[in-house]
Amino acid sequence: MLEALQMPFFQHALIAGVLIAIAIGLIGPLTMANKMTFMSGGIAHATYGGVGAAIFFGFSILAGAAAAALMAAAIISFISYRYAHRADTAIGIVWAVGMAIGVVLSDMTPGYNVDLMSFLFGSILAVGSEDLWLMALFDLLAVFAVWYLYYDFMALSFDPIFAKLQGIKTQLLHLLLLALVAMTVVLAMRLVGLIMVIALLTMPSFSSEQYARSLGGMMIFSIILSILYIISGLFLAYTYDLSSGASVILVAAFGTITLFLIKKIKKVFK
Amino acid sequence: MKPPAVEVERLFFSYEGRTVLEDVSFQVENGDFLAIIGPNGGGKSTLLRLMMGILKPDRGEIRLFGKPPQEADVVIGYVPQETGHNLDFPITVLDVVLMGALHRRNFWRRYDKKLRQKALDALEKVQMASMAHRRISDLSGGQRQRVLIARALCSDPQILMLDEPTASIDFNGQREIFSLLEKFNDEMTIIVVSHDMSMVMGYAKHALYVNKRAIMHTIDPHTRYQIKQQLSNRKGHYCGAEFWQDMGKKIECTTECRHA
Repeated sequence: MLEALQMPFFQHALIAGVLIAIAIGLIGPLTMANKMTFMSGGIAHATYGGVGAAIFFGFSILAGAAAAALMAAAIISFISYRYAHRADTAIGIVWAVGMAIGVVLSDMTPGYNVDLMSFLFGSILAVGSEDLWLMALFDLLAVFAVWYLYYDFMALSFDPIFAKLQGIKTQLLHLLLLALVAMTVVLAMRLVGLIMVIALLTMPSFSSEQYARSLGGMMIFSIILSILYIISGLFLAYTYDLSSGASVILVAAFGTITLFLIKKIKKVFK
Repeated sequence: MKPPAVEVERLFFSYEGRTVLEDVSFQVENGDFLAIIGPNGGGKSTLLRLMMGILKPDRGEIRLFGKPPQEADVVIGYVPQETGHNLDFPITVLDVVLMGALHRRNFWRRYDKKLRQKALDALEKVQMASMAHRRISDLSGGQRQRVLIARALCSDPQILMLDEPTASIDFNGQREIFSLLEKFNDEMTIIVVSHDMSMVMGYAKHALYVNKRAIMHTIDPHTRYQIKQQLSNRKGHYCGAEFWQDMGKKIECTTECRHA
C-alpha cells in the first residue's frame, strides 16, 4: 500500500484531500447549523449542468462548474428568503433541472468519452497540480472569511432574527455562505464527486457538534475528521480500485456512526 | 417632554391575505411596563415584530420616541420565546450574551475587554454569571430565558421587548423573571407578550388586549399590589380559577373589556 505514496497522482490526491478537508471542516458546520444541507445538495447537482455546458461548448470544466454552482447558490439564497415557505420545492427544482441540463448537454456532445461518472463520484486520478493551487487559494480565502466573520456567522447560526436586529446583514451573509459552499463543491468535485461531497459536508459536522463546546472547536474537530476520512478513503480507493468519493463516504459513515454510539454509551454510563 | 416610547396609529397588517391586525392604535409612555395579552393567533407577536421594525405595516404608522422604527436610533432589546429550537448548536452562555453587543465590535469584528465585562455584568443582573462558560444546552429552560434577557440587556436597550418569556417555565421561574423585569423597569420601558394573566396583573402597569383589534387597559397600582401579594404567598402555583375570582372582586372592567 505504501508504494502508492511514490505515485505523483496519489500524492496529488492526498494533498488535495487535506486541502479539501480544510474547506469542508470550516464550511460544513455552518451549513449544518443553518440547515443548508438540502440547499447544498441543490447546488451540487446543479453544478453538473455547468459541467455539461463546458463539455458541449468546449470551455474549461472548472469554470463551467464554478459558474453554475455560484448561479445556483444565488438563486437558492434568493428563493429561500423571498419564498421561504416553498423554498424546499424550489430547491428541488434547481437540483433536478441543473442536473438534467448537464446530462442532456453531454448526451448532445459528439464522441465525448471522458468518464462522466467521475464527476459525480470522484476519482483519485483526476486531480492535477493546477487544481491544488486553486484549492490552496480557496482555503486561504475561506479561512479569512470565516475568521473575519466568525461572530457574524455564529449569530446567524444561533439566532438570525436577533442578528438582524443587531444590524447584521443576514441575507448577504446567507448568500456568502452558499457561495462558499458552491466553491467547496466545485473544488471537491474531481476528488470526492458532486454527489458525495454533500455527505462530507454533514457527517464530520454532525459528530463534532456532539463533542465540541464552541463553533471554532466544531470547525477544528470537523477538519481533523475530514482529513482522516478522506485519507483513509483514498487508500481504500487505491487498494481496491474504487471510486474515491464513494470510498471516502463509506469510511465517513462508519466513523460517524462509531462516534455517535460512543457518545450515547458514555451518556448511559454517566 | 420626551415623546412616548411607542406610538401606534391606525395600524393594519395582513399576512398571506389574512387580516392579522386591524385599526390598532395605542401609546406606550416612556417607563411603562406594558403587557400584550390575548388569544393565540390574535396577533400579539406580530404586533411586537412590527414595533421592532422586522415587519412593515400595510397601513398606519409606528413611531419609537417620535421616529419610525427603521430611522429611530432607539436600541430595542429583544427577547424571543425560549423554544429550545437551536440547542444542538455549540455555543457558550457568554457568547450568546455577547450577541447583544454585535453592533459594537471593533475593527476586526471582535469583542474587546469592555464588551466582555459588559456581558458578564448583564449576566450578573439575571443571576447567571456563574454559568458564563457553560454550553447553552446544559441549562434549564428558565435559565436559558434569563440568558436571553441578559443578551438583550447587553445592548443597553431603551425598550425591552419580550415574546412570551415564561411560556415554558414553572411558577417560581415565572415569578422570578417578572420580578427581574420589574427591577429593570426603573431604567427602561418594558413590553412583554404574555399568556399568564396572573403575572401580567401582578407586575404590568398596562395591559393591551390584542385580538385583531387592540384595547388598552390600565392596571391600577392597588390591584397590582394585591395580586402580587397573592403571587408571592403561593409556593406552588396560582391557579387560573383563583385568579379570576380575585379579579372579579377587585378589578373594574371597562365596558369595552366586557364586550371584547
